[in-house]
Amino acid sequence: MLEVQGLTCFRQNRCLFADLNFVLSEHQICQIEGPNGAGKSTLLRAILGLFRADEGQIIWSGKSTTQQAELFLQQVFFLGHKFAINSDLTPWQNLEFWSALNPTQNDDFASALTKVGLTGLEHIPCHSLSAGQHRRVALARLWLTNTKLWVLDEPFTAIDKSGVQLLQQRFNSHLTSGGMILLTSHQDLSQEFTQLHTIKLTDNTGEII
Amino acid sequence: MNNLSTSKPLSYWSAFKSIFIREIKLAWQKPTQLVQPVVFFLIVVTLFPLGISPAPKTLQMIGPGVIWIAAILAIMLVVERLFRQDFQEGTIEAWLLSTVPMSLLVGAKLLAAWFISCSVLVLITPVLALLMNIETHVIPALMLSLMVGTPILLFVGAIGNALTVGLNQGGVLLSLLVLPLYIPVLIFATSLIEAATLNMSYTGQMSILISMLLVSCFFAPVAIAAALKNTVN
Repeated sequence: MLEVQGLTCFRQNRCLFADLNFVLSEHQICQIEGPNGAGKSTLLRAILGLFRADEGQIIWSGKSTTQQAELFLQQVFFLGHKFAINSDLTPWQNLEFWSALNPTQNDDFASALTKVGLTGLEHIPCHSLSAGQHRRVALARLWLTNTKLWVLDEPFTAIDKSGVQLLQQRFNSHLTSGGMILLTSHQDLSQEFTQLHTIKLTDNTGEII
Repeated sequence: MNNLSTSKPLSYWSAFKSIFIREIKLAWQKPTQLVQPVVFFLIVVTLFPLGISPAPKTLQMIGPGVIWIAAILAIMLVVERLFRQDFQEGTIEAWLLSTVPMSLLVGAKLLAAWFISCSVLVLITPVLALLMNIETHVIPALMLSLMVGTPILLFVGAIGNALTVGLNQGGVLLSLLVLPLYIPVLIFATSLIEAATLNMSYTGQMSILISMLLVSCFFAPVAIAAALKNTVN
């Protein structure tokens, strides 16, 4: 269970959100909404510890994440705004190097790349792929990762309609197996998620719906 | 259905190896980055006889210093772009979120960077030494000093790069930060070569250089990891 307690973040003397509290438990998906610049990405990064929050703490299974950083990170998958795909390496090599540093269920790169529709493109450098395909390489990791909490920053950017459907199916299977998802997105999730929560970031406060 | 409890064990050694291999592969795929510092090193050294004087005596006198300064400038080129691409593409963030210690990953990258960029500089030094009319008995000392000195330059420079990689005009700040720190290395290295030229023992200077190397080997990865964490914030 992930618990956010009294999180406050400032950026360039501007308060993005103050005293934000919410809980995300197993089988739940939480969508963070808000206009551009509202602090959605900063919130995700603050939860992961990539951004230093001014106040508040993150609790993971009963303990603060700063006290058990390694244990927490072992169970988190993050897909950021920059998605850590080297454009000079091939999709296959990118997954290979990623899997050496992250907990995975298996190293079946071929089937992960097939899932995201990159069959036949496994061995060409990523810079010759389209923006959407580039993004799909990063998303292929969702079929390899073995973590409980997924933190996804705009996962649907540059992805076509069928890709969005496919991703949401993957979300659903992750949730049914006991996972949790925290994501930011400007588009509404089209599939039915029984345990969908929404956090709206407006000026200065986070409002939970 | 995936099983969230079973996972392939992660080993630090395989993570280290994988970063090392990744760097080598990347260098192989982008040979211009590999060749650029070497060509720069060669050109800078060959310009000196043309610019100052081709007289053998003069060249012999300035030779070791010129080679060392050219090596420093060539390494500045390497250092300047060391973490840039990884930072822009988000790889640094991914490393920070891995459970493998960041300093280990940085260490692997630095080791690979030394093999890729600096070892070649050391290897072509004898050719340049002949060009600069340096006596043959001084060449081993020159190579040894570069062998021990270039990793120090690389490690210290990498700290500077890690601090400035998030800035728009980081390059200028990088040279201001790093070049003063290169001065002690340059002083001891040239004093080592001078001792070798006079057929004197240079173990003293060598010990100082080696101790600088050990200190930088030990502290640089930790400092770089902290700097990158700060840059990402």
